[in-house]
Formats: sequence, structure tokens, C-alpha cells
Amino acid sequence: MARVVPPARPRKLAKVPFVELADGRLQGVVSSGSDIERVYVSSVAAGTYAFACSTNNNRPCGGARGWFCNHIRALITEAVLQYGAERVTRYLRVDLGDEQPTAHTIADAMTATGPSEASSTAAASVFSRFLRHLAYLELAPSTLPVPEMQWFPPTRAVA
Amino acid sequence: MVPADQGGGVMRADLLAEPVAGLEEALDAVEAFDRVLVSGLLRPQPAQAAGLAELAGAVAGSPLASRVAEAAEKAAAGTAGEDHFVALAAARVALLGSVHDALTSQLDEATGRPRGEEAAPAPAERHAVNLLAAARSWLCDLARAGWQGIDHDVVSGAAQVVSAMLPDPAFRRLATVLDGFAAELAASCPGASLDQVPVRRWADLWSRAALLTVPGAAGVPAIGTATGRLLPLGVDLHEHATAAQAQVHAVFEPADGTAPRLVRATVSAPKPDTVVGVGVWQLLRPHMSLLTAVSEGRSVDLVDMPITAEGDLLWSDEHARPGEPADPFATARVALPTAVAPVTAPLDRHPARIAVPVFLEGYEVHTDDESLTFAVAGHALAVDTDRVPTAGPLTPEAVAASHACIGLVRWDAGAFRLQPLAVETTARKKTVAVHAGAWAGGTKDKAGVKAEKAATDAVAVLRERAGRLLRK
Repeated sequence: MARVVPPARPRKLAKVPFVELADGRLQGVVSSGSDIERVYVSSVAAGTYAFACSTNNNRPCGGARGWFCNHIRALITEAVLQYGAERVTRYLRVDLGDEQPTAHTIADAMTATGPSEASSTAAASVFSRFLRHLAYLELAPSTLPVPEMQWFPPTRAVA
Repeated sequence: MVPADQGGGVMRADLLAEPVAGLEEALDAVEAFDRVLVSGLLRPQPAQAAGLAELAGAVAGSPLASRVAEAAEKAAAGTAGEDHFVALAAARVALLGSVHDALTSQLDEATGRPRGEEAAPAPAERHAVNLLAAARSWLCDLARAGWQGIDHDVVSGAAQVVSAMLPDPAFRRLATVLDGFAAELAASCPGASLDQVPVRRWADLWSRAALLTVPGAAGVPAIGTATGRLLPLGVDLHEHATAAQAQVHAVFEPADGTAPRLVRATVSAPKPDTVVGVGVWQLLRPHMSLLTAVSEGRSVDLVDMPITAEGDLLWSDEHARPGEPADPFATARVALPTAVAPVTAPLDRHPARIAVPVFLEGYEVHTDDESLTFAVAGHALAVDTDRVPTAGPLTPEAVAASHACIGLVRWDAGAFRLQPLAVETTARKKTVAVHAGAWAGGTKDKAGVKAEKAATDAVAVLRERAGRLLRK
């Protein structure tokens, strides 16, 4: 009966409104610090750590040339807050050796392998997943019972 | 002194430990089928054919017999079509329905509570079948891939169906299951590297969803209206990454003087996965005034509130107004023992659906390492404290220190368990009640206020982002 996925932990969303472990990547959306109309779509692939960062208008991020930019680092930090460091480590298949999993050690372990830049082809799908996520707020609540929610009890376990 | 309520109020916990005839055999057949789904039905092996045959054999004496036998044969040959998969799902649901019925009659005996009569179901509305067909096709892809064969490509097939279904209330039920199920599968990809497969759970979700793709199956039509006094007992909260549901269990006293009944009122909302815990109340609260009444410890007066045969009030605030103060523990002591329990609709019968409100007191609390047990008249009843939501003031510690408890009896992993909804403890020689749903209508508690504020901020950020980025 118990749920397979523990609930996410609450975090502040101002800087990184969306982060998820999906499609074999850590991916999400980071708000630009200078332009409120602009967001960056960032991702790191599990296993290879191939990374990408571009704006929602598909312009490459200047900081992500050959190196994890600050957007990607912010994404890792928020993912650790939301899902817990262990789940992020496991999902990205990061080998930390004896080190404690933290956003910092995870990012360092990945950059130490010299990951390559991925093409930004994933950006469109990540951005559309973000928009889909936002659309949940616009859906009206319902008072029709959903008996199948009995399979999703609350749990005191945290991610 | 003799305890006042030796009659209907005392639960016979001893009866809950009695073995149920045929239960193991039914669950064995279910398990045989569930193992089939682990490796999938794309290229079935002989062991899977045996599992399918076991399921078909278990329903051989039922009206499903010939359809399931045919489906099992086709599936074993790797040539099952969508109707065959639905037939297999139906057989599994029927078997678990029989388990539900046996457990429910055992519980009725233990609580001594009367059970209502079965109402003829009203015909449900039928809706556009295209989306249902799309959902079914995804579920069949899953069954062919098997849990060990799932990958992001297979799982992501649900996203479009769910997005198209969620806005339509008629599809909300199926969409909500598919969404929670798909998220869980996505988090478990690739299936080939899974250490442990939640075999029973995923087969449950798969088979329920498959049946809900049959046009009309998901409908819960009202069969009448309720006018009278509603006395809340407690709130049961459900939550997956992108949905939350609050279900209020209550005793309804009809104004016409007929017997009081056990009823439920439910509100659910889709949500972003970053709104969690205490934060979900603010999504649900505006749509059901009952949540506020629960927090204020009030009854609610109902006028012509639609109600289903299963005792679900289809809530709308226009049929409700706040009533007199009503203590849930008084309701549990006085009104609950004689309240008539509704009969669960055939398609909804499943052991996981069992959630029977009970009142217990005079138990001994036993704690060891991780687990908590109430000894009720000498018989142990496991207490599921993990089900106490973090979205309220009730804690496992309060449950362990309690001397009276309102809870839901559930059946999980082969045994009855108690989910606490509220407890009475003693503090400075005074009795204090703590309710899991106390914050449903709002709270002044410091930790609760802080968590609500964080969720409000999260929603505000997302709405701002949505305003700028959506529909551009």
C-alpha cells in the first residue's frame, strides 16, 4: 500500500520555480535575475552529466560554455532541497566515494568528470513540462470522490 | 462501576484476528496474475501462462468465466487485445471485491454496527470515449512492457492523456489515478534496474485504471438528497505529487427522524508537486465550507445535499450552513455506534477501500522500536501512525499518550490496522483532544501558520510565473 515516492519537501520557489528528476535528467527552470520575462531552461543528464542551459527563447546561456553555469548549480541546490541529496545522487548516478551527499559535493563530483555540453534539444520539452506543471494551479477543485486516492495515503517519511 | 456503553459501542477486537475462509486462495490467484505483469505480456513465458490460468480458474464459477478464460489464453499467446486486458483487470478487481466483502462483514460483526441495504445503482452518464480509449491504450502498453520493461518512452505516454482529461470533471477520477501512477512509474525508470517492484500496488492501480476506461464505470451518480444534521468525526487526507484529497467522515442525522447514517464528504484538487503538507488545505478549503466547520468543532445543517448510494455527499456549499458546536468525541461516543454503514459500490470494492470509522477507549498502548499497538480488551490492533498526516497537529507521540481514539479501521498487508483521526490525551489533569484535521479550516498554531505561509508564497510565485509564461 505504501507510496513508492515520498512527497517532495517544501522549498522557496522564487529563484527556481521548477525542478524535476525526469526523462533521465535533472531538469528545470531558473528565473533570470535581471529580466522577469526571461527564464533559463537547464538540465544535467544522469550518468553522463551532459549539461545544457538556454533561455525560454532558445538563446544559449553565456555561463554554460564548457562548464556548469550558475543556473545549473542553482538547479542542483534546489533539487537537493526538494528531493533530498540521496535521491538526487542516486538518480544522476553520481559516485561520491566517501563524501557526504550535498548539493556542493554532487556538483563537484559531476564537473570532475569533465562532462560535455548537450545539445539544447531537450529545452523545449522541459519548458513545456514546466508550463504543464503551472497549469495544475488553474484546474478547479472537485467534490466528486476519487476512491483511488485511497492508494495515496499521507506519509510522515520525507524525501 | 460498569462502563456505560457495553452495547454497540465496544469493538470486538478479537473478531478482527479471526481467519477468513477462502481469503488466502483469492489472494494467491491475485498474486499469480500480479507476477505476470512484472515481466510483461509482450513475449509471455510458460510461467506467465500458468499465472494467467490461475486467475481465470479463480473466476471460473462467475459470470466473467468465459471472457476471462479467452483473455488468459490470448494473453498467454502474446496476442491479447485491449478488451482482453480489460477482462483480466476485471477478474482481478472481482476477486479483490470478494475479499473486500468478506473483510467488511467481519468488521460489521466486530463493530456491531448495522449495514445499510444495497441500492440499485443509477445508470452513470457516458462520456466521450476517445480519451478513455487513449488511456486504455497506454495501460495496455504498460501491461505488454511489464514493470521490468518500463522506460521513459512508455511512461511518458500518459502525460498527454492526463493533461487532456484533468480539466473535465467527468474524467477527473481516472486522470487523477493515471497521473499519480505515471509519476510513480517515472520515478522508478528504467524498470530493468529496479531492486524491488511494488507488485501488488502497481497491479492494483493498473487494474483499477483499466476498469475506469470502460465508459460509465467512473461515474458516481447521486441517488437522492440529504437534509438534516451532519456531525463530523474526522478528516482523512490523501496526497500524491500532483493531487490532494480530503475526506471528512461524519454521522448524518436525517431531519425526517430516520436512522443516523455514516457518510463522507470529499474535496480534491490537482496541485503542483511543490505544494505539500499543510499547504494543501488552502487549495481545498475554499471549495468545502465543511473543512472550516471541522476546525471550529461545529456541526453542519444540510438541505437537499446530493448523496450517492455509497454514502458520499456530493458537496456544494449552497446546500450547507454552519450549525451548533459539536464535539467529534461526543459524536463518536453517542451517535457512531448505531449509525448505519453504507454499502460500497460493486466496482469500488477492494480491501484498500475499507476505512471504517470506530471509537476506542480503555485500551493499553504498547510501543516497541518502530511500531505502536493498542491492546483492545486484550487483543492487539496495530496502529498506523505513518498515516497521520504532517498537515495537522496530531502526532505519533500524541497517539502513544492517548486514552481515547477516533480512527479508521483499514486492512493492509494481511491484517486490520487502525488509522488515528483524533485522540484524547490528558494534560495537567485535563482531557485534551487532538485532531489530525484540525488545521483543515485554518490554524493559529505557530508551525501551522508558518507552513501555510510558505505554501501561499509558493503558489504566488507559480501564479506569477504562469501569468507571464503561459499562453504566450
